Amino acid sequence: MNRLDKLFANKRQDILNIYFTAGHPKLEDTGKIIQALEKAGADLIELGMPYSDPLADGPTIQQSGQQALRNGMTLPLLFEQVQSVREKTEIPLILMGYFNQVMQYGEQRFFDKCVEVGIDGLILPDLPLYEYEKFYKEMVEQAGLGISFLITPQTPKERVRKVDELSRGFIYMVANSSITGAKGAITEKQLAYFERVSALKLSNPRLIGFGISSHDTFATACRYANGAIIGSAFIRALDGAEDVEKATAGFVKSIRGIEASV
Amino acid sequence: MIAIDERGYYGEFGGAYIPEMLYPNIEELRRHYVQLMEEPAFQREFRQLLKDYVGRPSPLYLAERLSEHYKATIYLKREDLNHTGAHKINNTVGQILMAKRLGKTRIIAETGAGQHGVATATVCALMGIRCIVYMGAVDIKRQAPNVSRMRMLGAEVRPATSGSQTLKDATNEAIRDWINNPEDTHYIIGSVVGPHPYPDMVARFQSVISEEMKWQLEEHTGRENPDAIIACVGGGSNAAGAYYHYLNDAGVRLIAVEAAGHGIHSGESAATSVLGTKGIIHGSRTLLMQTRDGQIIEPYSLSAGLDYPGIGPLHAHLIASGRAEAISITDDEALASAYFLSRKEGIIPALETAHAFAALDKMEYRPDDVIVVCLSGRGDKDLDTYIRHFERFQK
Ligand SMILES: Cc1ncc(COP(=O)(O)O)c(C=O)c1O
Repeated sequence: MNRLDKLFANKRQDILNIYFTAGHPKLEDTGKIIQALEKAGADLIELGMPYSDPLADGPTIQQSGQQALRNGMTLPLLFEQVQSVREKTEIPLILMGYFNQVMQYGEQRFFDKCVEVGIDGLILPDLPLYEYEKFYKEMVEQAGLGISFLITPQTPKERVRKVDELSRGFIYMVANSSITGAKGAITEKQLAYFERVSALKLSNPRLIGFGISSHDTFATACRYANGAIIGSAFIRALDGAEDVEKATAGFVKSIRGIEASV
Repeated sequence: MIAIDERGYYGEFGGAYIPEMLYPNIEELRRHYVQLMEEPAFQREFRQLLKDYVGRPSPLYLAERLSEHYKATIYLKREDLNHTGAHKINNTVGQILMAKRLGKTRIIAETGAGQHGVATATVCALMGIRCIVYMGAVDIKRQAPNVSRMRMLGAEVRPATSGSQTLKDATNEAIRDWINNPEDTHYIIGSVVGPHPYPDMVARFQSVISEEMKWQLEEHTGRENPDAIIACVGGGSNAAGAYYHYLNDAGVRLIAVEAAGHGIHSGESAATSVLGTKGIIHGSRTLLMQTRDGQIIEPYSLSAGLDYPGIGPLHAHLIASGRAEAISITDDEALASAYFLSRKEGIIPALETAHAFAALDKMEYRPDDVIVVCLSGRGDKDLDTYIRHFERFQK
């Protein structure tokens, strides 16, 4: 059983999935942040592969990616960093990135490398269901990797079922149709969407992401799904932090609703 | 046979590599675009506007002095005489009618040279629809007259400040806007790029260029087919329009002219067919300029409309399969050719178009060859650039 399956077998509630961009703020922070997140009680980590043209991302994640690339981040280096931190941590790690990078690395080679270094799953937001099923599903499943597809408030019911059929690990529920980094409270309309999807009794667990930025929004999302994903808000907390490990611990506490100890 | 399949692939190029957030809009278009644009009422309105508003058919002009110089028969397809000064308006007229039928009330667009932005702002004014144009901050500076035109037409011009601050980044910003506004907004893409069905839809709207060429050539020469068609390629929409009805006539050479900037291997170039490799840009599997790690490279060309690191999937397929030949032209070759055409024929071309004319110097002809150059746009927007370099080109 891979680490992702193990997590969901043991825990169905309040799952905290944190996204950050590999190689940001500093090139060597990747491993440190992963360990600090595990220690602070995150359940799952989504590691962003920095990309020059991240279409679905807002300014915060865009800038973190630009910074990481300026720092010298590359995919081979990212794999090295993961491999070396994997010896020290058992937290499930998901790679998130745009499909062009996978193509350039070589699809089969990429999936194999993920398994070799200890990656547990993938999120490739611009890989369409059709192309996935036709060209890559077999490779990903043979490799034993998880893969999460996205649904949005506009995704028709039939397509949600298709996403459930193809996803392995969890379904990524985009909270509202937007790029990443939205802030603010969760609206009635979004709650209705969460309930609508909940009623479909899907086979995969669901994590809600995009616009989850605080203890309140996290707690609300957890009432309607198995957990939630936080990205931009965490990256903002890392930006300008003197000590990324401390900043990470403080951030996770603030989301879980435990007072940060002074 | 060159054709697109139901999933939007020309051979191995095309498709729709988009985040799920764009799926409903793209799927709505994919399902309806052909049916909508083939409706008699749509065609009537489209044709009427092309005739009375755009000023079509655009003339096919026998350039005698140019022909004499190159020792071949050279015709110019005069897209520069269209309303707003380029071929771009053929597509925006079509897409605004599409947007209206889909019930959209807000239009977004990206622009490089500003020609597509102006053409979009124009049709939005015509229809009374709100218009937002994303333009790279660098391009806003180098194409100032078109920025003023868009504003005068009532459009809001939003600077794209990420990346190289040119066409690629303006396109990213437009796509992000569409993700954020999925319900009321239609995105009018300005070239044969982007996710399916855009490359095919834009090619169909631009195909009026070659549709007219067929009967115009027949009138002029007694045969419908030229020996070669030359067009510049940024994303490739004027080329797609000029090639469209000849794609499966193997006897017609298709010449795609790209911008080589300071030289193909100078590190400052936009010659995608030479420097590009297979990958994904703006939702399309095509040829693009990228690092081995898959990071998209910022291209360079003096011409804002050709300063794009990819080409449309149709062109990737035409080039990869050998159906089209690619020629790369540097900034200086394009400038020289713009001054030359101005003096020879009394036509100041757009800087993008000047690349197509420069290709005439690199080709071999038989004396009885009939060649059509797609004169995609006029040079008013580039006057500052032309004035800046003028002295350097006076022998
Ligand atoms: C006059 C002119 N020609 C050509 C182009 C390049 O676009 P495409 O390759 O789509 O025809 C532009 C783009 O702005 C243009 O303004």
